[in-house]
Amino acid sequence: MATADHQAELTRAGANINSSWSRFTYYVRRYPLGAAGALIVIAFVVIAIFAPFFATLDPTTTNARTSLAPPGGQHFLGADFMGRDMWSRIVYGARISLMVGIGSTVLGCFFGVIIGLLSGYYGGWLDLITQRFIDIMQALPLLVMALLMAASLGPSLENTIIAISIPIIPHVARVIRSNTLALREMPYVEAAKAVGMSETKIAFRHVLPNTIAPLIVLGTAQLGSAILTEASLSFLGLGVPEPHPSWGRMLSESAAEYVRTAPWLVIFPGIAISLAVFGTNLLGDAVRDILDPRQRS
Amino acid sequence: MATYIIRRFFLMILTLIGMSILIFVMLRLVPGNISDILFDAAGMVNEADKARLEAELGLDKPIIVQYWTWISGLMTGDLGYAYVSEKPALDEILPRIPVTAKLALLALIFSVLIGVPLGVISAVKQDSILDYSLRVFSLSGLSLPSFWLALLILMAFVHYFGWIPIYTDKPASIWHEIGLLSIPALAVGFRASALIMRLTRSSMLEVLRQDYIRTARAKGASTASVNYNHALRNAVLPVITIIGIEAAFLIGGLIVTETVFNIPGVARFLVEAIRWRDYPIVQNLVMFIAVVTVVVNFLVDMAYVLLDPRIKYDD
Repeated sequence: MATADHQAELTRAGANINSSWSRFTYYVRRYPLGAAGALIVIAFVVIAIFAPFFATLDPTTTNARTSLAPPGGQHFLGADFMGRDMWSRIVYGARISLMVGIGSTVLGCFFGVIIGLLSGYYGGWLDLITQRFIDIMQALPLLVMALLMAASLGPSLENTIIAISIPIIPHVARVIRSNTLALREMPYVEAAKAVGMSETKIAFRHVLPNTIAPLIVLGTAQLGSAILTEASLSFLGLGVPEPHPSWGRMLSESAAEYVRTAPWLVIFPGIAISLAVFGTNLLGDAVRDILDPRQRS
Repeated sequence: MATYIIRRFFLMILTLIGMSILIFVMLRLVPGNISDILFDAAGMVNEADKARLEAELGLDKPIIVQYWTWISGLMTGDLGYAYVSEKPALDEILPRIPVTAKLALLALIFSVLIGVPLGVISAVKQDSILDYSLRVFSLSGLSLPSFWLALLILMAFVHYFGWIPIYTDKPASIWHEIGLLSIPALAVGFRASALIMRLTRSSMLEVLRQDYIRTARAKGASTASVNYNHALRNAVLPVITIIGIEAAFLIGGLIVTETVFNIPGVARFLVEAIRWRDYPIVQNLVMFIAVVTVVVNFLVDMAYVLLDPRIKYDD
């Protein structure tokens, strides 16, 4: 009996992982919320990639006769003021949301890592200057910074991605810098120095790969907030422009006046945003627990 | 400690100076200035008129001169004139501050009132069904866009009461005003409370693992006494730090919420000014927001030094 209990304990602690399937079931059991989040995120990615299969109608075709059609029949989530099908617009909106979310997160992480790595590894005046610059960038609330950037770059899909990536940079740079400071003192860095490796090569060959784990944690955490920022910018009319169907802008077009007359125009895009962000947040929490045990809650 | 405070103070000033340069440069990257917009809107094409307009607004001067004019104005309280209304920028901004400040304060109160108790409950009942539901609740708070929450609240009002609470600048009484403001404040505060709840929970969990908690239990203190007298008091310290981050968080929420509820505060005004490329308003407002967040963070740091006697700043 004791051996059986012992075995069960081992399985619960994840010691008996010998196939990718058992690894999978272990993680699902250990992090049920994270698994739910992953499922939601995968669903959104699939919908975004195969949008033409999921959409029932063209998201940009207008039709005066179906203007503000309530849910049911051909438009099962209703139609907007211009008679465009809500379901199809939400499906294509997933593309925009994910594109902006992933695009700005990757862009922000890329520059954040380079800045954080160089300033942490080389230190000195370079570090001093970047630290002050990061302080300045972080002094503004994320949305205000993104608003300013979006306004100064002008409305387009690419500019929205850039505008949202800017406030991510200082955040990533700060974390990577503090990681680099610790990694710099590692024996293997000393060893690399001893065999005569150049500083730049050490920074990118030996220090950079060790910052991947915190970077993944940061990236998944930022993804949700990037999607939310895009929605807010587009809601305020300073994000992704027409004809792209953006969830945020769907809400601004319909906002206050349709609360009375066509509530479906307010409810469904909001559910789409909340669900997508909720999924990435759940996933982000689980990823942090798995990769960064010190912060485990 | 005095040296720490002084150093921290000068860093704050340095940050604000850098901030002013950043704001100024970013706004000058804009393709097309106010004269272009006014021209497009009025359908005018005369180049001489345009040049005269630019000279009048000071847009023809070198960027350094424009920056210096702004900064020296800031020192003397002269913020220039708003392009759109042609009134002094200060007169446009000042009357809008109280309503946003009240809204932010109410939202902060809501977020603390919701966030701290739920965070404590979640930590004390760690890994129970209640803890899981509260964690999902707080995560959903972080996932709902505050403008959507605001729209849903409006919708609920229309559905159940048949009317929408409309903001008025002449409320009948202070309670009427608080009542009106607490609806948008709840929309903003709910999201912010999620942040506080998560931090309270993790900070509480950390404290509950400490040796002095075990000692308190061992000497026979009641569970309630351990949780509230010993644990919560220590767990609340990091929660105070988050008020600094919270300030930035609330401003983001206020921008969209004031837009939904049509509240004439500074946050909504910022969006309007950005759309109009009204430089004097935008740069002064953003500077104002930066000053508020930086000063709040500075004060929080100072409060931390006073509240936590364990921390010594000798450098």
